[in-house]
Amino acid sequence: MTARPVDRQAVWTALGTVLDPELDEPITDLDFVESCTVSPDGVVSVGLRLPTFFCAPNFSFLMVADAYDAVSAVPGVTRAEIVLADHHASAEINGGVAAQAGFVGSFEGSYQGEATAELDELRHTFISKSAMAGQDRVARPLVDIGVGPDELATMTLGEVVGTVADTVELTRLRERRERVGLPAGDDAPLLLHADGSRVTTEQVPLHLRRARLQRVGIETNGEYCKSLLALRYAPEAVAH
Amino acid sequence: MYEKDGEKYFVVDSHSHFWDASKENWVKGAEQYAKGWIDCFYGYHQLGPPETHWDWEKFLKVTPEDFDRDMFQEGHVDYAIFQSTYLREWYAEGFNTVAQNAQTLEKWGEKLIVNGRFDPRDGQKGLDEFDADMAKYNHKGIKLYTAEWNGDSRGFKLTDPECYKFLQHAQDAGVKNVHIHKGPTIWPLDKDAFDVADVDHAATDFQDLNFIVEHVGLPRIEDFCFMAVQEPNVYAGLSVVVGGLMHARPKFFAKVMGELLFWVGEDKMLFGGDYNIWTPKWQVEGLVDWQMPDEDQFSDYPRLTTASKKKILGLNAARLYDIPVPAELQLQDEAVAQA
Repeated sequence: MTARPVDRQAVWTALGTVLDPELDEPITDLDFVESCTVSPDGVVSVGLRLPTFFCAPNFSFLMVADAYDAVSAVPGVTRAEIVLADHHASAEINGGVAAQAGFVGSFEGSYQGEATAELDELRHTFISKSAMAGQDRVARPLVDIGVGPDELATMTLGEVVGTVADTVELTRLRERRERVGLPAGDDAPLLLHADGSRVTTEQVPLHLRRARLQRVGIETNGEYCKSLLALRYAPEAVAH
Repeated sequence: MYEKDGEKYFVVDSHSHFWDASKENWVKGAEQYAKGWIDCFYGYHQLGPPETHWDWEKFLKVTPEDFDRDMFQEGHVDYAIFQSTYLREWYAEGFNTVAQNAQTLEKWGEKLIVNGRFDPRDGQKGLDEFDADMAKYNHKGIKLYTAEWNGDSRGFKLTDPECYKFLQHAQDAGVKNVHIHKGPTIWPLDKDAFDVADVDHAATDFQDLNFIVEHVGLPRIEDFCFMAVQEPNVYAGLSVVVGGLMHARPKFFAKVMGELLFWVGEDKMLFGGDYNIWTPKWQVEGLVDWQMPDEDQFSDYPRLTTASKKKILGLNAARLYDIPVPAELQLQDEAVAQA
């Protein structure tokens, strides 16, 4: 009996669930996936690349590890090989992920040194930020049509459904909230402080300013990374 | 000085360098890091207008003539503040040391301020080196690079006890301004420049020091803004903000400027051209011509007045560094007040 061939599209879809934790965008959209091949015996090889040689090892590690987990879970995959190229910690990250050593284990005793904690908290911090930014993404169209602080302070996610703000951003906000344990159901308030408490009418204007600032921060960072990646891997880039 | 439409702007480039990233200066065995570092910079360089791009070899090390032309002849810069960045783990003679920078003082001493630096991980040797620099150059400012490698260490925080000792020492010695690199994320693992909380603590504890957060904490601009609102002695260094975004990503430049104007305010924003990642000419001219877009999405951001631009381009930095500003280049009401 031969193994069922691995569906390449399924692998790509799986990679699409892997986010750059800081940019809150899939690595497939960011063009971080340089190559993806599937062998007849179910081995999937994925090449990843990042915008600079010095991208933070912790974020880089998260992406490689998440890609490993996502690809390994695709039916029929017998082995996932995730290789991060052109990075100052490529050896530690690639070896550590392949050996399932965790972040601390991957850097143990290496020249790079100094990884002292696993990365759950880091990930949590960035998803919380995404959940904050998402409130601007969802609320902005409502503000634009004149919905005021009174209404925004009491509005629930369920009440957003069917309005101009019922977009893919609403789904994204719910997902991010679920991942960090914030209320995400229909009865959850649209506007929430980072600690999960409600935003009062008086607090709405400044809260929305904060949410927008968070969004501008994330999106600006994303623009930088895309620009730098495009320059780094441009076909006409001068080899030196 | 830059003049446009009858308005004169006093220009202080508060964040510039005169580095040596040439191959001869790469530490043997660490070439990949020396190259990786300057390659990153070269990527940023290419975010400027195409006509300002240099080839890679030239980018590694510019000549004094290049510097003179780019900054003072063509760049409109009245005063440049040189930041020192050592990176001795990769660059044998240092990337951009105080001593290298000080050589340029002989030529342009009237227009240059050379900042010092320290690394708290150097211990007593570091203090001695700092004292020697202070005795020679009487630095009014220092640049701290918390992500710098040093032996086994991949970074430090301002709040490390050893760093507090150095900050106290620097403050006692007469340093007024601390520029701190809180920019695009680079390396040191869990000690990366992940947040600006250490600036928050240090700014509260060292009230006589001004903390200029270079690159405004990008990509964590929100952390920077929330912190800067609370701390009167924290300033926004616009290096990378102008150079990296104004040309390449104008919409995001407008948003970042809008946020900074709202949260931090025009009295606490300092222009920095980040030579020689970029030259100042197009940045100064672009900033003077720039205005918040009229589109709806920018409607509740503050607009820049001519006076705002004068402050950001030079007067704010001149205040922090006691740089004399000719009366005709001061803001009108201040010139009157001082008369």
